[in-house]
Formats: sequence, structure tokens, C-alpha cells
Amino acid sequence: MFTPVPLIKGLLITLKHLFMKPVTLQYPDEKVAPFPRFRGLHALNVSHNRSKCVACYLCPTVCPAKCITVEAAEDDKHDKYASKYEIDLLRCIFCGYCVDACPVDALKMTSAYELASYKRDDFVFTQERLLDKR
Amino acid sequence: MENGMIFLGLPVAYYIAMIAKVLVVFVCVLLTVAYATWAERKLIGHMQVRIGPKRVGPFGLLQPIADGLKLFFKEEIVPAQASTFAFLLAPLIALIPAFIAFAVIPFGGTIEVGGYKLPLQIAGYIADQPSGKVIDLNVGVLYILALASLGVYGIVLAGWSSNSKYSLLGGLRASAQIVSYELAAGLAIVSVFLMSGSLSLQQIVADQAGGVANWYFIRQPFAFVAFIVYFICSLAEINRTPFDLPEAETELVSGFGTEYSSMKYAMFFMAEYANMITVCAVTVTLFLGGWHEPIPQVVSIGGWEFYLSWANFVIKVYFLIFVCMWIRATYPRYRYDQLMALGWKFFLPLTLLCVVGTGAVVYFFPNGFWGALFS
Repeated sequence: MFTPVPLIKGLLITLKHLFMKPVTLQYPDEKVAPFPRFRGLHALNVSHNRSKCVACYLCPTVCPAKCITVEAAEDDKHDKYASKYEIDLLRCIFCGYCVDACPVDALKMTSAYELASYKRDDFVFTQERLLDKR
Repeated sequence: MENGMIFLGLPVAYYIAMIAKVLVVFVCVLLTVAYATWAERKLIGHMQVRIGPKRVGPFGLLQPIADGLKLFFKEEIVPAQASTFAFLLAPLIALIPAFIAFAVIPFGGTIEVGGYKLPLQIAGYIADQPSGKVIDLNVGVLYILALASLGVYGIVLAGWSSNSKYSLLGGLRASAQIVSYELAAGLAIVSVFLMSGSLSLQQIVADQAGGVANWYFIRQPFAFVAFIVYFICSLAEINRTPFDLPEAETELVSGFGTEYSSMKYAMFFMAEYANMITVCAVTVTLFLGGWHEPIPQVVSIGGWEFYLSWANFVIKVYFLIFVCMWIRATYPRYRYDQLMALGWKFFLPLTLLCVVGTGAVVYFFPNGFWGALFS
């Protein structure tokens, strides 16, 4: 049996929604605030004006995407440090295993998520670009 | 001015008034068409808890102009196998009936400019100035019915001349749809004839004067049913959702408009919106009291008299346009067989019943139905 009741109910629902506050986020003007543990672009923690990294190779070992390149070297005080530290973001899957693996808390992930670029080369982040300069 | 210059048997003021009325109505309808697109996007946006256009100008108010300019500068494409003349003609045939239907719609009462009385209706004038009796097209409703079914020729022609399967199916659906629904819409209007005893739109509007209770849609129960059925059938005739099968994007790409680009596409778009405005105007005239109520027709402020009868008409038409958009935001599209079943098996018998019922009520309760019922 046909009744217009469901039709009217539908109309009332759309009318109700007309007066709701829109959920739209005007993206380039307004941005989503990421959650505290959001896994964005990597950063190398700094201590005594250089990276805390001791070039132990745990992060390239654990990395499932094999996107981290580390080369170890020895400084004047015979300490081991990373002479080269690169992350290829085109390969990175942002799993955060590298951060978990790091024994000296040298690596972290920031909330930066706008990582678009025009050149492939720009996606390979060198140590200089990864350093957490605050 | 009463004994002013005479040109071809009519006073010059008549010609001036006529040109002014045509210009004003045409510009108003075009502006409404442009801003109906904006209003629709905005309204449906908010009904879907979005914002809608807001980038072009304040509140996106320049969006229709930007859209028009964009379409105007797009490339004209005529498919290689299309029949070119019909292909180019179709948008015009779709667009023009939508606009010229407005010629007979009375959009306001009589106003007086410099001592010359003129009715706010394009195809109407006052020959006997002292009495102010309006002469208009005495078969105005038939004229509107004729034009309503003329618009579909453009769509059918577009579907056929595009030489595309989608377009052809869209055109076929449009013609089948209009044949099915024109019948029910026409029969729904018969209820109005039975109550007014006239086909002249001036007469029909004059008969609904004097309070909301005199509007045809509320005067008796059968007229209310006729009003609802007429409005729904009109939606089907002008291919608006939930009856937009001729251009159903999900099945037919864009239906009859698949092969059209640039300004020709814009003309189909304009025709669709102009049709919506015309249908709402006709519904207001036939069922919702035309330019009578709720605003007083003449308001005096500081010695100036403002004729506001047209505002009543505009308010009611805009409300119905809002309802059209509301319906579009709410209902999904009908399936083709459901559409046909609804038209032939439900609306047609219902309107026939309405004709009989209205006639019986008019015959047995000559002094009003509700009054007789509650006395």
C-alpha cells in the first residue's frame, strides 16, 4: 500500500540537514591538526649541534621499504657518527619502525604531511634537511 | 494619456508598456535562471552538510557568471556523423518555449503609470481605461499546455541528431515521459477549469482573490490532490529529479546532452531551469492564488504608493523553486518501468477521480465546500 509518509520523512531529514553546521574544511585556508602520534615526515633529533645518530644501522635493517641509507664514519673523538643519512620518501611507507628501532632516540616523526614536490630528487631527504632545527 | 497618440489602432502607451513588460520579465527570468543554479548548488550543498560554491565573489555569488563565461569560451564540437542542422537547432527549440510560456502568466495586478493602467501580464492589456477591465488570452492555459509539450521536441531532436546511442535513448525516454505525464497534468488542470469556469489566467487568478482560503489548492479536497499531482507531473515533464531519466548520468552519461558542448550545452541547462521557473509560475497561478496574498497589493509609505502584487507572485514562485530543489536533494531517480507505472497506473486514474470529484463538489456545494461541511 502506497503512503506518502516515507517520502515526507525523507524531506524532513534533508530539511533538518539544511540547518546543520557544514562539516567542510576549507583545506588550504584551514588545516587538519594531526593527532599527537601522527606519523609524518621524519626528523633527526639534535644534540650538541649535530644529529644524535650513532650510525648503528638498526633503522635501515628494520625498514620494510628499504628507503634509509646510512654511512658510518669516525669523528675526532673516535665516536661513530652518520656521515650520510638519507630517507627516500617515495619509497617510505611511514610505518614508523625506524623510530621504534632507534636505540639512542635519534629519530622521530613529525606532524608535517604536505610533502608534495615537483621533482623526484626533492623527495630524497638528506641529513641536512632531516635535522630537527628548532 | 487616455487620448494620447494612436498607432495602428492602439495608444502609443500600449506599445511602450508592452516592450517594458517584455524586457522586465525576460531579464528577471534570465537572472532567476542564472541564480537558480547558484541557489541550487548552495542549497543542496547545505542539505548535504557541505558549503557549496563560495570562492567566486562573496558567498560565491559570481559563480553563475563565471560558469557562463567558461561555457561561452569552450570549443564548439559537432560530432562527425551528426545531422548538423538539427543538432544546432535542438538547443533553441528546447530553450524558446520555456521563455515564451511566460507571456500569458499574470505576475501582478493592475498598476497605473502616468495615468495609464496596465496589467502585469505580457499578453494582457486594458482597452477600456476607466473601468480597468483586463483583456488577456482567453485560452491561456491551453497555450501553456501546448508550449510545455513543445519543449520536448528540442530534447528529442537533440537525441536523434547527435547520432549517439546514449543521446537517442535519452530522447526516447523524454518523449515517452512527456506523453505519459502530460495527460495526468492536463487532467489535473481540468479541476481548475471546473472551479473557475474559465481558461483565461486573469479570470482564474481573479477567482482566487480574497484570502488564502480561496486559493484553489485548498478550496476542496480533490483540488488539493490535483495540485499535488499537477506539481509532480510537472516535475516529470521538465525532466527534473526524481524524473530526470532523459539525462540520467549513471546510465546514459548525460542522456540527450551527451554530445553537446559549449554554449549549446548551456542552452539546454538554461532551458531546464527556465522550465522549472515556468512550471512553478504556472502552479502558483493555477493553484496558489497567483498574485493575491499574503502581502497587501498596494502599500502607501509617505505619500508614495508601492504596487506590491508582483512580490506575492515572486515569493510564491521562489518558494516552489525551493521545493523543487529540496525534492532534488532528497529523492533518488525513478526506475524507468516505475516511472511509467506511476504515470499510467496511479496518476492517471487519480486525476480522473479528481475531475469527477471536483465536478461533483462544484455542483453540489455551489457556495463553498468547507463552509457547507462545517455549518
